[in-house]
Amino acid sequence: MAKIHVETTINGDPTEFLCEAHQSLSEVLREELNLFGTKEGCTTGDCGACTVILDGRIVCSCLVLAAETQGCSIETIEGVADGEKLHPLQEAFLENAALQCGICTPGFILAAKNLLERNPDPSEHEIRYWLAGNLCRCTGYDKIVRAVQQVAAIR
Amino acid sequence: MAHDNGKNGSNGTRSFKVLGSRPIRHDGVDKVTGHAKYGADLALPGMLYAKILRSPHAHARILSIDTSKAQIAPGVKSVVTGADFPPPPTGVAESGETPADYSDLARNVMAQEKALYHGHAIAAVAATTMRQAEEAARLISVAYEVLPPVLDVRDAMKDDSPVLHESMRTKGLQDAPDRPTNIAKYDIQELGDIDAGFAEADVVIEREHIVNTVHQGYIEPHAAVVRASEDGQVNIWASSQGHFMIRELCAELLHMDTSQIKVQPAEIGGGFGGKTTVYLEPVGILLSRKADRPVKLVMTRDEVFRASGPAPASYIRCKIGATKDGRLTAGYAYLAFEAGAFAGSAMGCAMEGIFAPYALTNLKIEGYDVCVNKPRSCAYRAPAAPNATFSAETVLEEIAEELGIEPLEIRLRNAAVEGVLHSTGVKWPRIGLKETLEAARDHEHYSAPLAPNQGRGVASGWWMNAGGLSSATLQINEDGTASVSEGSPDIGGSRAVMAMIVSEELGIPVDKVRPQVADTESVGHTAVTGGSRVTYATGWAVVNACRDAITQMRECAAQIWEVSLDQVEWSDGNAVLTGSRKSLSLKEIAEESHSTGGMITSASSLNAPGAAASFATHIADVEVDPETGRVLVTRYTVLQDCGKALHPSYVEGQMQGGAVQGIGWAINEEYIFNPDGVMENAGFLDYRMPVALDLPMIDTVIVEVANPRHPYGVRGVGEVPIVPPIAAIANAIYAAVGVRMTTCPMSPPRVLSAIKAKALEQ
Repeated sequence: MAKIHVETTINGDPTEFLCEAHQSLSEVLREELNLFGTKEGCTTGDCGACTVILDGRIVCSCLVLAAETQGCSIETIEGVADGEKLHPLQEAFLENAALQCGICTPGFILAAKNLLERNPDPSEHEIRYWLAGNLCRCTGYDKIVRAVQQVAAIR
Repeated sequence: MAHDNGKNGSNGTRSFKVLGSRPIRHDGVDKVTGHAKYGADLALPGMLYAKILRSPHAHARILSIDTSKAQIAPGVKSVVTGADFPPPPTGVAESGETPADYSDLARNVMAQEKALYHGHAIAAVAATTMRQAEEAARLISVAYEVLPPVLDVRDAMKDDSPVLHESMRTKGLQDAPDRPTNIAKYDIQELGDIDAGFAEADVVIEREHIVNTVHQGYIEPHAAVVRASEDGQVNIWASSQGHFMIRELCAELLHMDTSQIKVQPAEIGGGFGGKTTVYLEPVGILLSRKADRPVKLVMTRDEVFRASGPAPASYIRCKIGATKDGRLTAGYAYLAFEAGAFAGSAMGCAMEGIFAPYALTNLKIEGYDVCVNKPRSCAYRAPAAPNATFSAETVLEEIAEELGIEPLEIRLRNAAVEGVLHSTGVKWPRIGLKETLEAARDHEHYSAPLAPNQGRGVASGWWMNAGGLSSATLQINEDGTASVSEGSPDIGGSRAVMAMIVSEELGIPVDKVRPQVADTESVGHTAVTGGSRVTYATGWAVVNACRDAITQMRECAAQIWEVSLDQVEWSDGNAVLTGSRKSLSLKEIAEESHSTGGMITSASSLNAPGAAASFATHIADVEVDPETGRVLVTRYTVLQDCGKALHPSYVEGQMQGGAVQGIGWAINEEYIFNPDGVMENAGFLDYRMPVALDLPMIDTVIVEVANPRHPYGVRGVGEVPIVPPIAAIANAIYAAVGVRMTTCPMSPPRVLSAIKAKALEQ
């Protein structure tokens, strides 16, 4: 079966790839494009480790077929820092020790970034609600929520 | 003694410059930018993808396996079954967190005669793509004789139960009958005279408690990339709680020399005890050898639930007696733990833990390790102690209520302190339980007002903590920086702690130290990460390596100054000539090292003695919805003796994360099996772990009662925070709605039916 040709923009760069019809976006990002910053924890859309921003919305990239992303703009964790300058959320996660093992961190940073772009001054409840699609098993979420609050307060 | 979030205390015995501060972790940037490489994040040229075929039956004899169709399927490069493994070795593996029989480990990695749980590995395929491997695995034909499964510890102990292992006889039981049994082991601890103790009591309470199977729930599934070379060498890239453990177990299981296997530690995406053994790596070696290609093996989430090692379910009967004035007189416990398919639950830890917080002179504790048709159980953060503590701390609460004594007061009156006998017959050294209880009593949370349907519970817990084998090497670089290599994977910030230790000892800034986790050929043997031992033992190896390097640097200075070594001191990053103003900085000494005998490097390996127990007391507020039985945690405070918190942020993180795992366990998490032994909720949608919205902030109070046997006073901190939550929440539910929950998790249906049963009684 011939592969499907897909043209996208990933982290601002025009990116073409070939994929099979069944392949998820997370699989293509990782195994075809070597963008291993997008993690896979469940491949059923329950853990949020594979969160990317697709045309301005957060999605679980394991639930998106790669072939569906024709013409889409995709932001992954590799595109969050501006060159050597970390995004304020990345700084805040480090300062607040908001990661332990770090496997969920890319997903949390993208989800939190998307939240702050929509709602620059979220309440603690709104942060917790927005991040409820991302599982962290290490931190108990306390320091993650504080990191997001810190960035919101500065902005 | 105690201090709240954000403030840094001292243990009162020694002041530190770096330890106790909160530097940014050295591996942090890679982890927030997506560049850190975890187990599944490696791709090698020509790499194949593996799929493991798993048993659809919880208990079955394997009659035959036909792989012929899979062998010739498109893209398939190798297929292995149990027949490809060498004869299972004899002996006991000490390299995991709990000793395990090599033969059992081999049979767990790939089934031989029988499939013992739903999901047990039967065969494996490596193919050019994952899809091809999956399709080929479906072409393997296995003939089974399906046997009835046994899924509950009490059923498995009955004489007429289906038996997993025909050769099993109960160890530790005098006059054990010579017939097959599921009871792998019986053990007993006794102190004093419990009959006299209970006779002396004014109140005696006995209760039964059930805790169901739960999973550690690390977000990263097990993953490895394996390359077996033509010369017989094997390279493994894997995430685990100990790459030396992987090397040893693979070598034993496949009859190889350890030197034939090199394991490179990937970043690990959570373990909590669940990554202290091997599942994929030995299979990967065989697949790679046959195919002559590198092979990537990654479990799906479904496989992680069904085929890695969950924490054991248990049935516990606990009886405590006390006098009117609240003095505990006797304790009895019967603990039966589900080992899963192979012997070796953490039942012994539950026995040690159940009465550990209290000065009880009359004790009898009986434990049973029992096989059932569930996955082989594995360690989970303070293994088995939460189960035991659920029983003891809720029974104690009933006694306190009966006697009209405040919950913290009864604990304070009976708290174990230095010199008191533990159930193991050993006297406690300096411990900090009492200090955590006092910190809880004095905390504003303990007396804060509550709303309707809300209740507050407290519980204390214990964990042993471990020392063990650790290694580190240190090199002083020409530019005045230091590189430290250590053998423990960094699960939650330990690189930063190792760098802080180097900084403290050498007197150079923490950002001038580069820490790394080194592979099995680049640093000395380091035991698996378990028993909260990394900061304690590996940190100690780093201390020793630093002190060795300091001696070498003093020698260099002595050589330059042409004086004797004892005239040179080390102070604040400088060699100083006694009685003069002469000094040489670490950087200056490093620059001169080419003319003073070569670069300064040091290595330390030790079997760290003197690990000390830690205790914690938790305060939980819950709100119970009387119409649905839903329990919401509204406020939570963890007060824990940490010995000395080297990096308080990551210590708090352990306290918070452990508490939240305990909260999830208490109110939601459990394996749900159908009568055939098939787990019905093998995914994060139905096995529901806490999300951010389920929780409040988790307040932490670090109590520092220094461990006198460690250079800095360190005690392990990672495990004890999961011990009290189940009991604390059960006690809070009782305070809120007046029902005593005896089955964990205390999920909405169970709480609701308890509320309804109570209403009927009234």
